[in-house]
Amino acid sequence: MSTITLDTIRKVYSGNVEAVKGVSIDIADGEFIVLVGPSGCGKSTLLRMIAGLEDVTTGEIRIGDRLINDVDPADRDIAMVFQNYALYPHMSVYNNLAYGLKNRGMDKAEIDRRVKEAARILEIGDYLDRKPRALSGGQRQRVAMGRAIVREPAAFLFDEPLSNLDAKLRVQMRVEIKRLQKALKTTSVYVTHDQLEAMTLADRLVVLNGGNIEQIGAPIEVYDNPASTFVASFIGSPAMNLVDVKVDGGQLALTNGEGLSGPNVHGEVAYKIGVRPEHLSVVDSKGDGSTGLDLEIKVNVLEPVGAESYIYGEFVGGGPEILIRVESHSKYEADEILFLRAEPENIHYFNAETGRRIDG
Amino acid sequence: MKKVKLTDHLVLLTGVFFMVTPVILAFITSTHDAVTIYRQGLQFTFGDQGLDAYETVLFRAGGFTKEVNGLVMLKNSLILGLGFAIGKIVVSMLAAYAIVYFRFPMATLCFWVIFTTLLLPLEVRILPSYEIVQKLGMVNTYSGLIIPLIASATGTFFFRQFFMSIPDELTEAARIDGAGPWKFFIDILVPLSKTMMAAIFIIMFVYGWNQYLWPTLITTDESFFTLVRGIKQILQVWVGAQIPDYDQIMAMAILAMLPPVIIVVIFQSWFVKGLVESDK
Repeated sequence: MSTITLDTIRKVYSGNVEAVKGVSIDIADGEFIVLVGPSGCGKSTLLRMIAGLEDVTTGEIRIGDRLINDVDPADRDIAMVFQNYALYPHMSVYNNLAYGLKNRGMDKAEIDRRVKEAARILEIGDYLDRKPRALSGGQRQRVAMGRAIVREPAAFLFDEPLSNLDAKLRVQMRVEIKRLQKALKTTSVYVTHDQLEAMTLADRLVVLNGGNIEQIGAPIEVYDNPASTFVASFIGSPAMNLVDVKVDGGQLALTNGEGLSGPNVHGEVAYKIGVRPEHLSVVDSKGDGSTGLDLEIKVNVLEPVGAESYIYGEFVGGGPEILIRVESHSKYEADEILFLRAEPENIHYFNAETGRRIDG
Repeated sequence: MKKVKLTDHLVLLTGVFFMVTPVILAFITSTHDAVTIYRQGLQFTFGDQGLDAYETVLFRAGGFTKEVNGLVMLKNSLILGLGFAIGKIVVSMLAAYAIVYFRFPMATLCFWVIFTTLLLPLEVRILPSYEIVQKLGMVNTYSGLIIPLIASATGTFFFRQFFMSIPDELTEAARIDGAGPWKFFIDILVPLSKTMMAAIFIIMFVYGWNQYLWPTLITTDESFFTLVRGIKQILQVWVGAQIPDYDQIMAMAILAMLPPVIIVVIFQSWFVKGLVESDK
């Protein structure tokens, strides 16, 4: 167990492609950090640099107090779980777990103890003699985690470990990873593009975009206060409604001139305002917008998903699409006009040009 | 499963007919005496000599020096075939390992240089090759027979393609597990390549076994003669007032065919198994 410190890490690939642009993260001992972002955001590169599978162009990586920039992956005291499990196909499960320990010249009895212990924790004791190809996807995933556990490393690195599993198994393994990490208290860095996985697993989220950190924080904090329009649209499903507005005589207005009542704002910057689908409520009549936001929209589609329903609508007279979460079994017709209201504390303001959050 | 149709069998039977008939004819003919064969050509019924020709070929010392018999030639052929197959697998695996897994200057160029040697068959470079082997004093040695032909572009190419199909993550997992380059090769790559090695072994053994031109040049000492050369030798040496011992030639051809057939039969089950198991 150990802290991991990333200090202004940059990665430039040949051809001057900058994959990671000066990322700094302090990971506490025993913390579960999730790196999340769309493909190509540099999250995997960052993880691979911690693992030692990629060179660091500039910056420093420390595990504990030890600078590990030039340390061989095997000597970094980390264990990695790969997306396609990367089990050795010709070795039994037992040998898959034991291989890394054997290479370290560990005592046979100690290897046996650790493998048995990991097998017990992961409930794979019955398959120790099988080859990986005789296992199901979920079992392979457990073996891959077992290979990490037996090492008793300073840190676990997970590279999208659940994306090869079917939806049901994914939820199950997600819970298991969380439980395991809490039990072992091993510092973990987990890479995923799935925001739900990120939200549920992380102690702290690191949202990456284009090689930069957009935001670091506890999942709910990130959800409640997204630092940018990117985070706002990436974290949370369905995504936050983002609407371009302009300031017209101290009043907010849609860019197409349509009226939109909202609180008074200062300055002349172009805004984007954001409201999550669950924070828009259907009301009987249009309010005056003196506190909060009042909208008038036309229903396009009603989408029942069971526990709740979603309305896809648009502003009367055209404009951006708006998504509203309503109670399950709600009945709305297409082209029906609805009045919506959002409370002031649920409205997020962003600078339309930089995409950064504007507070106050 | 698709129903097996009559035409499927017909196609197979035709194939078998074309492949096997010459062998059977050679075997039947070998049971006749040389005079009958000389007079009447290939025979279609068994003769009265039984397997005498085989005994003669295997155990009677023949040749110019009367020192070499079929068993010695069989041994030489085996050494050549096995030496070829094993040597080529080792060398081409190591070459492919270097090309695929190590970054060194002009690695791609190296690969293409190796690959283009496919275009240069032995016959093209036989004189310089002979010159070198002769200067090294390797004429009339097993190493002279085997080593100059041990580099294999085909083998290197096959192993390269195979190694490239092994997921990078497996290599990375091994790196994190503390397997150095040598351990990775021995513990991971070699076991994974088993079926590939079996395939190359079949091809290269038969190729080595059937070598004719190179052994003819490199070995003048009859104790190094291979079976394939033995066939020629029977024709050559016994030609005189006598007619050639056609029965013995046929017998020797059959004998020369047996080991490659055995090798193919043994390894083909492996080979097929390797094709069916897609896991890497």
